[in-house]
Amino acid sequence: MIPLLKRDLALAVRAGGGFGLGLAFFLIVVTLVPFAVGPQSELLGRIAPGILWLGALLACLLSLDRILALDWEDGSLDLLATAPLPMEGIVSVKALAHWLTTGLPLVIAAPVFGVLLNLAAPGFFWLTLSLLLGTPALSVIGTFGAALTVGLKRGGLLLSLLVLPLYVPTLIFGAEVARRGAEGMGVETPLMMLAGISLAVIALLPFASAAVLRVNLR
Amino acid sequence: MILQADTLTVTRGGIPVLEEVSFDLPPERALVLRGPNGIGKTTLLRTVAGLQPPLKGTLTGAEDRVAYAAHADGLKSTLTVAENLTFWARVFGRDEIAPALSAYELDALQTRAAGQLSAGQKRRLGLARLMVTGRPVWVLDEPTVSLDRDAVGLFAAAVRAHLAAGGAALIATHIDLGLDGDALDVSQFRARPQAHDDFDEVFL
Repeated sequence: MIPLLKRDLALAVRAGGGFGLGLAFFLIVVTLVPFAVGPQSELLGRIAPGILWLGALLACLLSLDRILALDWEDGSLDLLATAPLPMEGIVSVKALAHWLTTGLPLVIAAPVFGVLLNLAAPGFFWLTLSLLLGTPALSVIGTFGAALTVGLKRGGLLLSLLVLPLYVPTLIFGAEVARRGAEGMGVETPLMMLAGISLAVIALLPFASAAVLRVNLR
Repeated sequence: MILQADTLTVTRGGIPVLEEVSFDLPPERALVLRGPNGIGKTTLLRTVAGLQPPLKGTLTGAEDRVAYAAHADGLKSTLTVAENLTFWARVFGRDEIAPALSAYELDALQTRAAGQLSAGQKRRLGLARLMVTGRPVWVLDEPTVSLDRDAVGLFAAAVRAHLAAGGAALIATHIDLGLDGDALDVSQFRARPQAHDDFDEVFL
């Protein structure tokens, strides 16, 4: 497992690895929104939690088809499947590598981007916390989508369509935590829902991903 | 007996391609699969490697003992030769890559990125991967594609060394490797055309 994680991280930071792709997309969204909405800092502050969450979600979506497609193309997925690693472990490590290279940088960068959108001061902590809790779910759900579409030529569009509805609960509760936090309201309920969703998908979805991947490799 | 197939039926896309395939593979022997293109050699090898279940029949001795080499070598072009091999060695819980590098004369290329290798060098690296797995049964699908004559010699020597160490090999190939082993022509197992049944077809 550890060698696979190390290899995926090494591949991500080397030429053409796609590290920073999500971060760059996130930056573009966040810098362009104020131009589109107009110079009303009060309005920007109100929509900031939602925009930041949506930007992070779309940035995650952008790199999903790389999770398994590259390993499928060069044949390493077949070879990994015959290696002494459980398939559930392989997909979990793949999701973890995706989170470390895409989700975690977004979590770290989000407070900085919050400034650009005039996010209210109490919101910074809750935005970061909600992203920290929510982005792992995005990676795990995304890996499930990637497992479903592996082997399809240009499966990216289908992958987005399959994954987007599954992302909705995470988006709703994640953005709700950030919004309530920014407005100084209690966040317990959406925070617990968000953490619950993340824990449930991390615990259960790898089994589904492994099962569909086994079928897709036949 | 290191590997045993008993009346195996293998399918491609849900349709049986070979049926009633039976063979025994004792230690220190190689079994060369022969047959025309499209007969189902790859499908049979993928079944033996555990990538797909057989439709019927039993396969004994394959569980966690097979090292599989397919048409694609599974190399990462941005990793170096040594990094690629080390990764596969670690995945199989081992560390030693030096014997594999020297067996395929890859020592001088160790620090070269795999993406900059020629087709034959990539193939040699893909075959060197088998040696670092430490698995007793090698299942090889057209291993000599894009190898020159010297590299085929290196490959044959590596297989002979593997057999001498008590391993076994199942190889689909069209060329003569001069190995100590039997040939099995799989065209004798070609599946009979299925009786037409449109019920399943709706769902395929």
